[in-house]
Amino acid sequence: MQLSGAEIIIKSLKEEGVEAIFGYPGGQILPFYDALYDSGLKHYLVRHEQGAAHAADGYARATGKPGVCVATSGPGATNLVTGIANAYMDSVPIIALTGQVPCGMLGKDSFQEADITGITLPITKHNYLVNDVKDLARTIKESFHIATTGRPGPVLIDLPKDVQVAKTKFKYPEDVSLKGYKPILKGNKGQIGQAAKLIGNAKRPVIYCGGGVIVSGANAELFRLAELTLSPVTTTLLGKGAFPETHPMSLGMLGMHGTKAANYAVSECDLLIAVGARFDDRVTGKIDEFAAKARVIHIDVDPAEIGKNVKVDVPIVGDVKKVLAQLNEKLEQQLSGEWQDKIAQWKEKHPLSYGANGKLKPQFIIEQIYEVTRGDAIIVTEVGQNQMWAAQYYKYTRPRTFISSGGLGTMGYGLPAAIGAQVGCPDSVVIDIAGDGSIQMNIQELATAVHYNIPVIVVILNNNFLGMVRQWQEIFYDRRYSYTEITGPDFVKLAEAYGAVGLRVTEPNEVKPALKKAIEAKRPVLIDFVVEREENVFPMVPPGGAIHKMLGG
Amino acid sequence: MRHILAVLVENNPGVLTRVAGLFSRRGYNIDSLTVGRTENSNISRMTIVVSGDDLVLEQVTKQLHKLIDVIKINDITSEQYVDRELVLIKVGADPTVRGEIMQIVDIFRARIVDIGRKTLIIECTGDEDKISAVIESLIPFGIKELVRTGKVAMLRGQKFTSINDNKEDDN
Repeated sequence: MQLSGAEIIIKSLKEEGVEAIFGYPGGQILPFYDALYDSGLKHYLVRHEQGAAHAADGYARATGKPGVCVATSGPGATNLVTGIANAYMDSVPIIALTGQVPCGMLGKDSFQEADITGITLPITKHNYLVNDVKDLARTIKESFHIATTGRPGPVLIDLPKDVQVAKTKFKYPEDVSLKGYKPILKGNKGQIGQAAKLIGNAKRPVIYCGGGVIVSGANAELFRLAELTLSPVTTTLLGKGAFPETHPMSLGMLGMHGTKAANYAVSECDLLIAVGARFDDRVTGKIDEFAAKARVIHIDVDPAEIGKNVKVDVPIVGDVKKVLAQLNEKLEQQLSGEWQDKIAQWKEKHPLSYGANGKLKPQFIIEQIYEVTRGDAIIVTEVGQNQMWAAQYYKYTRPRTFISSGGLGTMGYGLPAAIGAQVGCPDSVVIDIAGDGSIQMNIQELATAVHYNIPVIVVILNNNFLGMVRQWQEIFYDRRYSYTEITGPDFVKLAEAYGAVGLRVTEPNEVKPALKKAIEAKRPVLIDFVVEREENVFPMVPPGGAIHKMLGG
Repeated sequence: MRHILAVLVENNPGVLTRVAGLFSRRGYNIDSLTVGRTENSNISRMTIVVSGDDLVLEQVTKQLHKLIDVIKINDITSEQYVDRELVLIKVGADPTVRGEIMQIVDIFRARIVDIGRKTLIIECTGDEDKISAVIESLIPFGIKELVRTGKVAMLRGQKFTSINDNKEDDN
């Protein structure tokens, strides 16, 4: 039987087990939407295409399954760009489907034409412009394979309208054959032996783990490694949840806003075991002084990450879960000693802290969220101070419970990503921790949440400032607050106008009752927390500084 | 140091853009890049000459490998290889100097491929030094136009850059 391109797309998505699509229709994607209409696939109409890309991203991070977003050609496609770049930087598997002008109109500056494969070339793992309906099923098969294997990432498929209409016989391919794409998954035995030797000889090991541990589902193997080696574990922002932060050997996050214990430990260690992390500048600070006393083992699925920023003594390319399992077999149980005592002392002496003064502090709100949810919620963040406090003052114990824009640092990510996460995990409490600046970048997605009754809770830490930028201006620009004071709307009224529940909290004792009320509401809730205006995120490593030299805290 | 990379790629639209874009985006310097079909019509071969130290080269190679369309990369710099470039030179040549030019052409085993009223087009193939020398020799006559292909290169003997031989055959 002959099927149209649009029908082939629907069938292929079903073959891939897609359950949710986030999108926005338009002229050149009409055939697809027509086939979608009675397909049984669940589609969520967002209010801006950027929201679709972030929602697909949040869905993917919360579930581990690829997220799918759809937009029309031209402006629809370009509106996805920030979301695609965001997914690329954080290695998130999303599939972006875009409508395109018919093949014969390509390159003629046609109405709503944009060269989206050209535009997204540097921000996708791969992309396709399909110009023959016969290639469609294979292209979709390859896209899902590429997006979800190796180091995951976004794949965009550009779909000219005539290709969606044209008909051909449909057969979904069973295998993918890509000559140039064969990710290395198993670690090299020799390298693993060398790593085991280094670990056996180390006196002061530290495990530095990133998002790769979560992507690979390697938290159990990581836990075992930490137990065997008695290494303290520090995570990056994206590594949160890879190792329980309630564990005595957890150091919390490292880097610019990391804990003192983590940054001291990395600076003093004689062996750094980097697992699924990429030595980002927000982690390393001054690169020459990062882990300067340590030999380095680097385990990552992406060979290009190894040796990119720091010199590595033992590189191991492979899937983190597989490599750690191989490595653990070679290790003997280490005994507790001076190093473990030292770690405990640092943790004891330098806990994260803020000046409680009876006023409503943002850090206090995060602590209360942790208590009310018993650490069992999915926390999504925007970008800025809200993000750092959410990272610092909530203890993450399970993978995929902290969802945040790390690499790109995209303001406006949180609300749509929270919607995606909630769609993927309908039984979880999903909370978007936001600032009053970033929430306004994609506030329109409240309408999406209300329309589908997706019960996300938006927590605005409202200080009437672009807080993180203001903090930098305070510290590095002599308090010259250049365009960082921001006024918002009345967020409570705005929430109500959208049909969500709006609450306002100004006193510390109102925090818990408001949170409980929000969780019990089972519908979208926005809470406007009016917090101390000039609170800072500490500790802080000045940009380019060595990470053991921290300000504040 | 200059390295010569022999790169096999899928013959897909946009593959040149992907490779060239990668170089500019990550700040690597391409000295020359040539591309053309191979014995297999689905596969093209690029010869890329790139400058950089070992660290840069390692990153270039790894980043190139991440492109889905890139099938195989060989850094042949340290191997025995043959490399050639082709140049076309249009040189000012009124009848009084033609004899002299033809002598130069003979010495370099180049060829005259077009004769105009006041110009000659000279074709020359060879390695980079030879091409530079022939250009140098023709400058006094006035070079009106010049085009060169960039380097193509191939391993000598029984070593291959081919997708069927992932391990190089050393016999």
